[in-house]
Amino acid sequence: MERTERLRSALRAAFPVTVPVLTGYVCLGLAYGVLMAANGYGPLWSVLMSAIGFCGSMQYAVIPILAAGFEPLQAFLLTLMVNARHVLYGLSMLERYRGLGWARFPLIYTLSDETFSLVSTLDPPEGVERRDFFLCISLLDYSYWVCGTALGGLLGSALTFNTAGLDFALTALFVVLFLEQWKERERRAAGMTGIACAAVSLAVFGPDNLVIPAMIMILAALLGGRKLTCA
Amino acid sequence: MRLTPLETLGIILIVAAGTQITRWLPFWLFPENKQPPAWVTDLGKVLPAATMGLLVVYCLKGVAWTAPPHGAAELLAILAVAVLHRWKGNVLLSIAGGTALYMLLVQWVFT
Repeated sequence: MERTERLRSALRAAFPVTVPVLTGYVCLGLAYGVLMAANGYGPLWSVLMSAIGFCGSMQYAVIPILAAGFEPLQAFLLTLMVNARHVLYGLSMLERYRGLGWARFPLIYTLSDETFSLVSTLDPPEGVERRDFFLCISLLDYSYWVCGTALGGLLGSALTFNTAGLDFALTALFVVLFLEQWKERERRAAGMTGIACAAVSLAVFGPDNLVIPAMIMILAALLGGRKLTCA
Repeated sequence: MRLTPLETLGIILIVAAGTQITRWLPFWLFPENKQPPAWVTDLGKVLPAATMGLLVVYCLKGVAWTAPPHGAAELLAILAVAVLHRWKGNVLLSIAGGTALYMLLVQWVFT
């Protein structure tokens, strides 16, 4: 009884902050289901990919491979490259995810861009345990993605509502969480570093290859800055 | 469906394995029972802010800055998010307002 009450209060705290992710994931998941169906992969396959793979943009990136032929090595290398940014998330969450026991497995398994942005920035309200709060956010986000995919696979292109631009919810989410980080004065330099490195990388390497050079520049700049301030 | 069911399942498992490697790597390198070196903990404090900046730019990577309307819809919507957030400080309101404005702009104004 006490346990269900505890979980309920965690859910009550977690659900509102996941609503932007709900909007974005349902739209993008839906579009993914439709796209997979257009390539001959029905809802069973798109849902399996979303449930086991759970990696958003990477699932889109692998569609050309699914459409072209069986290239396991290429798929593996592409996954490592596209998802390399997750290493930054893990590095950021070492402290916050410390001592959470079995919960670490689902938490780390489902650590997507959007889930990371929430769990790295927000703290549970008074009376809600850290583990329950993070778990609720992570599992809610996960279920949005899987359900969105299922909907897209089933409905296909029967949708008529003009949803163009709805996926901006995810951009807006990152902007808001950037502003939340910005509130802490000592984090501002890091925030600007992130934007500057990504912008330079985008200009030099183009939209398809921006992530890895940007990551390297960010890590070098932050570690270099740390040396300067500690020296 | 170009691949056989077994091949498709294989690709799904490979994509999942690659993704999980990138998600677990830091936790394998710096296990819980050992205190990570100071530079890693320091990095962990400033990385979320830097990463959020990276993610914002990443979301805007498809914008054609050199062709009209030069990313005006994105910039206006981001401005709206920032103003709303500064004004009310409500996460949901800021995101809903910015997204609504963006949809209005791309569906009606910059078509």
